[in-house]
Amino acid sequence: MSGREEMLKAIRAQTVPPSPLPELAGDWIRYPDPFAQFQKMLEFVGGRAVRVANLSEIRGHLESLPTFVAARQIVSGVSSVEGNIDLNAVEDPHTLETVDWAIMPGEFAVAENGAVWLTDRGLKQRAIYFIVQHLSLVIPVSQIVNNMHEAYARITVGTSSLGVFISGPSKTADIEQSLVIGAHGPRSMTVFCVDDMGA
Amino acid sequence: MNHATLAGEYIQDRERAAWHDNTLWFVRSKRDKAAATLPEWESLRQTASQIKAHTVSKLADFLEEFERNAIARGVKVHWARHAEEHNQIVLKILQEHGVKKLVKSKSMLTEECHLNPYLERHGIEVVDSDLGERIVQLAGEPPSHIVLPAIHKTKADVGDLFHKHLGTEAGATDPNYLAEAARQHLRDKFMSADAGLTGVNFAIAETGGFVVCTNEGNADLGVSLPKLHIACMGIEKLIPRAKDLSVFLRLLARSATGQPITTYSSHFHGPRPGGELHIVLVDNGRSHILGKDEFRTSLNCIRCGACMNTCPVFRRSGGHSYQSFVPGPIGSILAPARDPQKHASLPQACSLCGSCTDVCPVKINIHEQLLLWRHELARLGFLPWSKRLGMKLAGFVFRRPWLYSLGGKIARFVVPKLPRFLVYHRLNPWGKQREMPEFPASSFREQFQQREAKRK
Amino acid sequence: MPSVGLFIPCFVDQLYPHVGMATVELLERAGYTVHFPSQQTCCGQPMANTGCVEETRPLAHKFLELFSPFDYVVAPSGSCVAMVRNHYEHYLHGVPGFAELKKKTFELTEFLVDVVKLDKLPHAFPYRVGLHQSCHGLRELRLGSSSEMMVAPFSKARQLLQLMEGIQIVPLTRPDECCGFGGTFAVAEEAVSCMMGEDRIHDHTTAGAQVMTANDMSCLMHLQGLIRRKKTPLRVMHIAEILAGHPV
Repeated sequence: MSGREEMLKAIRAQTVPPSPLPELAGDWIRYPDPFAQFQKMLEFVGGRAVRVANLSEIRGHLESLPTFVAARQIVSGVSSVEGNIDLNAVEDPHTLETVDWAIMPGEFAVAENGAVWLTDRGLKQRAIYFIVQHLSLVIPVSQIVNNMHEAYARITVGTSSLGVFISGPSKTADIEQSLVIGAHGPRSMTVFCVDDMGA
Repeated sequence: MNHATLAGEYIQDRERAAWHDNTLWFVRSKRDKAAATLPEWESLRQTASQIKAHTVSKLADFLEEFERNAIARGVKVHWARHAEEHNQIVLKILQEHGVKKLVKSKSMLTEECHLNPYLERHGIEVVDSDLGERIVQLAGEPPSHIVLPAIHKTKADVGDLFHKHLGTEAGATDPNYLAEAARQHLRDKFMSADAGLTGVNFAIAETGGFVVCTNEGNADLGVSLPKLHIACMGIEKLIPRAKDLSVFLRLLARSATGQPITTYSSHFHGPRPGGELHIVLVDNGRSHILGKDEFRTSLNCIRCGACMNTCPVFRRSGGHSYQSFVPGPIGSILAPARDPQKHASLPQACSLCGSCTDVCPVKINIHEQLLLWRHELARLGFLPWSKRLGMKLAGFVFRRPWLYSLGGKIARFVVPKLPRFLVYHRLNPWGKQREMPEFPASSFREQFQQREAKRK
Repeated sequence: MPSVGLFIPCFVDQLYPHVGMATVELLERAGYTVHFPSQQTCCGQPMANTGCVEETRPLAHKFLELFSPFDYVVAPSGSCVAMVRNHYEHYLHGVPGFAELKKKTFELTEFLVDVVKLDKLPHAFPYRVGLHQSCHGLRELRLGSSSEMMVAPFSKARQLLQLMEGIQIVPLTRPDECCGFGGTFAVAEEAVSCMMGEDRIHDHTTAGAQVMTANDMSCLMHLQGLIRRKKTPLRVMHIAEILAGHPV
C-alpha cells in the first residue's frame, strides 16, 4: 500500500462526529469611509496611502519622493508613469535585483487591514513585487472594500499562479522586538488611490 | 530534563526573565487592542472553530479533493506518513533537481520533522530565510517561539552573532544596522538558491492551492527566484473553501502580533510559468489525534502563538524550557501526544489559569486538554512516584473525616511550636521564598460547632 | 427560609477559619439558615489536578451525598465550586441528584449577586483595594469578564466591593494574570510560581493598594506567603472578610 493509501485509510478509520460547515454570513464590520480606514491601517503597518484625482497626478507625487528621484531602475505597470525596465522582456527574475522602484496596478484594497490584492496574471515576473527596493501600487478608490469577506466575494481564487494581499512594506521585529521596516522585501509601500481611473 | 528544572535555571537570570515576560505581555496587549477593534471578534473565533471541526470530520474527502484540484493545476502532490518519510521525499525532489542550496521560509512542520539536519547530512545547504530563524540557525539553537523564533536573544546577542558570521562591526547593536546586514546576506542566499521551500498556513480543498503568510517577504522571494518550490504541510492545515480564508486571515495576525494582517498573504495555485511546484502532505501522528475526542480540537491550531504570549508560565520560563518543536501551552498538548515519556513534565508546567483557552483564535480548550493529559500520563504510569504517593495519602486521609480533623489539629498544635530550621529547609519547597501560613488554634469546623452549641 | 449547605475548602477549614466565619455571617445576614455538614473534607481538586482520578472519585460521591439535602450549596472559593460544576461530570455523570447539585452550587460572590441580589452593605471600607481575580472563578465560572475575551466588562466581586462606602479599587496593569499558585504547581514549579506571585504583588503595590483581596484563599495563601517573607506593606483579606465588615 502506498503512503497515500495508508494515510487515507488511517484517517477514515477514525470516528469523528459530524459537524456542519458554517455559512459565513455575519454582521461583519463596515466603515463609513473605507478610504479613510484603509489609509489609517496602511499607515499603522508602515505604508502610506495617497489619494489622487486621476492617474496623471501620480508622477508628480512620485517626484516628490527622494527615493524615487534617486531611483536608477524603474519598472512601471502603470501607463502614466514611465519606467526604464521592460518587465515583459525580463527572462530571468534574478536580474530584477537591481530595480529600485516599481509601480504596479492593484485590483482592489481592503479597508480593515490596509491590504491590496494583486495577482501575477499576465505578469511575466512576479518577483518584482518582492525583490524591488520600493514598491508602489495603484488602485481605484471605488475598489476599496470594507473587510476580508467582501474581498473574497470579489476574487476568483486560483485564476493565477500567485494572488497576494500585500499590506505595507516588508518588515521584521525579530531583533529584540524592535520594528525594522524593510526586511527582505520592499523598504517602502505607497498606494495611490485614484478617484477617476479614466483620465 | 524536565520543564521545572529548566525553568528554574532560566529564572536565575531574573532580569532577562522579566524582560522576556514584559516583551511577550506587550505582544499579548497588542493582540487585545487589535481584537477590540472588531465587534465580531468572538463570532470569528466561533466560526473558525466550526470550520475546522467540519474539515476534520471529512478530512480524507477534503484531502482527496485538494489533491485532485492541485494535480489539475500541474502541482505534484506527495504523501508522507511520518517525519522520516517527509524528509526522504523532500530530499529526493531536491536530488532529482540537482539542488545544492535551499532557502526555507518558516515552517513548524519542518522543525517537527527535523528536516534541516537531515538535508545537511546529505550535503544540501539549507538557509532559513526568516530573520528570526536565521538568527537561531546561525546560533545553532532551536527557535524558542513559533512566531518570534529569536525572542530569547537580545540585540547584543544578535550583534555578536552577526559580527562572527556576517562580518558586522563588533559591539554593534542597532537593530536597523543589523537587519540591513541580514538583508544583504540573505539577498545573496535568495539569489543563489537552487530551490525554495515553504510551509503552508492554509490549504484550500476547493481550489488545490495554499496560502503562505509572512511579514518579511522571504517566502515569496524564496520561491519567485528559483524555479522549484516545495511546500510542506500537516494534513490539518486544510480548509474547505477559499472564502473560509476570510475568517482565518482576520484572526491569524491579530492573534499573533496584533497586526491586522501579515504583510504578505500569498495564494499559490500551480507552479509559476516555467517552474515546478510540489506539495508534501504529512500525517506524523495527526490521524491518531483525529480519533481522540478529547484532543481532536488541538488539530485546529493555526500556529499563531497567542497562547504562548498569554501564558504566564511561558513568559517566565522561555520556549527552550519546553524542549519541544512547538513550546508553550499548545506544545504541551502536542508534544506528549508524540512522546509521552519525554514530555511528561509539560502538562504540569501550567497553573491551569485558562488564559490560553480564552485567547485561542480557533477555540481550542487548551487548559482543559492539559488537565486531561495529566490524567492520561498518570494512567500511562508517567506520574512521579512521589506525587502519586502523596496523592494516595491525601486521598486516604480525606476519605476519613475523623483522621483529617485529627491530622489538622495535630498540625495546628505542633507546627507553630517548631523552630524555623525544622520548617524551612530543602525538603520544603513552599518555604524557599514564602512564609508558611499561620496555623490557628482552632479550625473553622471547631469554631462553627462551638458557636452552634452556644446557640442551643 | 432556604437552607444553605456551607462548603468550606479543606485548607480554609484548617488554616483560615475566619474566612469561613465571615461567609457564615454574610449568609445569615442575608437570611439563610447555614448548615455545615461536618463529614466534608475536600472536593478532590488536588488529586484530580495531579491526574489521580481514582483518588478523586470517592470524594465526589461523598460530596453529592453530603450536600444533596440543601437548597443551596455555597463556598467561598471559585476553584472548589468549579471542580463541582465543571469537573465532577467525569465522576458523577448520570448519578441521580448530580444535575440538581450542579444547579444549586455557588461560589459566594455569585450567590450574593445572582441569588441574594445584594444591593447594599452596612459597612465602610475606606481603603485602597487591589482586586486579584482568581483564575478558576474568572474563567471557569465566569464570575467576571476575562481580559482576553471581547465581551462587555463585568465583575461580581467588584460589584459587591463597590457597595462598601469609601472603598477605592485600584487599577492594575494586568487585571487578571494568574498569581502562580495553581495547586501542586506552587511547589513543583516553585521558581515560576514565586516569580508570578511577586509580579502580582508588585502590580498591586505600584497601584497603591493597601489591601489585596480575592475570591480564593488559595491565591491569597500563596501571595501572603511571599508578602510576609519580604515584609511588604500590603494586607491580605479574603473578599468574604471585607464584605462581612471584618477589620483590616
